[in-house]
Amino acid sequence: MTALLALDDVEARYGPVQALRGISLEVAEGQIVAVLGANGAGKTTTLRSISGTVRRSGTITFAGKPLRGGPEAVARAGIAHVPEGRGTFTELSVVENLKLGAYVRRDRELRADIDRISEWFPWITQRAHQPAGTLSGGEQQMLAVARALMSRPRLLMLDEPSLGLAPMIVREIFRIVRELNQRDGLTVLVVEQDARIALDTASTAYVLEVGRVAVEGPSEELRENESVRRSYLGY
Amino acid sequence: MQQVVAGLASGSIYASLALALVLIHRATGVINFAQGEMATLSTYIAWSLTTNHGWNYWPAFAVTLVLSFVGGVGIHQGIIRPNEKGSVLRVVIVTIGLLILINGLIVMIWSGEVRAIQSPFPTRTVEIGGVAISIQDIGTIGVVLATVVVLWLLFQYTKIGLAMRAAAVNPAEARLVGVRVTWMLSLGWGLAAVLGAISGMLAAPSLFLDPNLMAALLIYAFAAAVLGGIDSPVGAVVGGLILGVGLNLLGTYVDFVGADLRLPGALLVILVVLLVKPSGLFGHREVKRV
Repeated sequence: MTALLALDDVEARYGPVQALRGISLEVAEGQIVAVLGANGAGKTTTLRSISGTVRRSGTITFAGKPLRGGPEAVARAGIAHVPEGRGTFTELSVVENLKLGAYVRRDRELRADIDRISEWFPWITQRAHQPAGTLSGGEQQMLAVARALMSRPRLLMLDEPSLGLAPMIVREIFRIVRELNQRDGLTVLVVEQDARIALDTASTAYVLEVGRVAVEGPSEELRENESVRRSYLGY
Repeated sequence: MQQVVAGLASGSIYASLALALVLIHRATGVINFAQGEMATLSTYIAWSLTTNHGWNYWPAFAVTLVLSFVGGVGIHQGIIRPNEKGSVLRVVIVTIGLLILINGLIVMIWSGEVRAIQSPFPTRTVEIGGVAISIQDIGTIGVVLATVVVLWLLFQYTKIGLAMRAAAVNPAEARLVGVRVTWMLSLGWGLAAVLGAISGMLAAPSLFLDPNLMAALLIYAFAAAVLGGIDSPVGAVVGGLILGVGLNLLGTYVDFVGADLRLPGALLVILVVLLVKPSGLFGHREVKRV
């Protein structure tokens, strides 16, 4: 089976600091893949190098074609990136945020899609016209996910969806991601600090350490592996 | 009452130019000092079309708007964009250079002579409720109001308008959803150039056309934008109207002010607003979150 997304020896740097030192990973269609690791291991940079928001070298292949260009081109290729820290337009309304999510689409089925997505996040209907900035942290994170779904992505990338949220809300978000994966076959690449919930959700995981892949494998195996757990996952 | 309408007319001219400043400032955080000269250039094009080429006013008006739009987009793509990677100050200085360049260009092509430009509206007055109001004033107010409504519809109800707003409030995020941010900024420059052209063409019949037509108007527009809140389009319009009416009434009824002290009056407004309420009437204070 060929992967939907494949990174081969990807490097990236911020000025003098080398953040990625040759990352290779694969995401198969219909899979949830987690990228774990400590702060500064290069998790966020991995996603940024895919979405084209950081300059990188190495090859990235998406749906059989090399992925090139900035974030505008990557969004058009079918990758939706939910960045770290609630990526919403706080000054725009909830509905406007959703419409922007569908910006790259040319069809006119926005209404139907907004309704469909509101089934996952029922509160959206009541708050449609309120500025996104007035939502709670959890709601903003959900709105960011909902907005990403509006583009009908082939690949959804989530960066630390749990950041700063209450455990209950984190579980809710991951439950929705899992259901989207099971019901609609959505492919997901998630970067997460909270290794426990990420491993429960993903089928495969990569553990990064100072810009390299230190361990990779099925989530089950990583969870069972004592030494991995202790040295990388901290529980 | 007559003075109020006259004030609203000059106020709407300030408002239109102020809106141009706000549009660019919202999107890029830069004050475009060349906005006035760009407007003067547009007005010269309109003058040239009507006087030298025998066009009727409205076709010339429309063609000028189109040319201004293209020019605005071109200036952003060709001159501003390469400098956007640097600091805000760098872009501001580029706009000042642009001001000098366009001014020189105008003198070179059309000479510094003062020209009369025809007005699309008759200079007659009409009686409304016992008040004599000039048709030109009503026309000016009407054109600016129509422009504001069109812009508002564009920003509120179209996909491209939404994308422009997104690009202005959060460019990084906008790129992630696939918005081509630089083109949105270019569109903003194009629209700002159109707004400036409108204010220039409306102002020229009563002020006469010379290469420095918009220099004073730009100060009024700054005052209007600052008064309304430099980030608020609504504020720019309201600020422009308040300023127009206020300065006009002051000039008419307060003896020592007269026409000569209007410009200092506008500067005083800028100063007072910046000291007392820097965010203006409608702007919101910039909140920096950690």
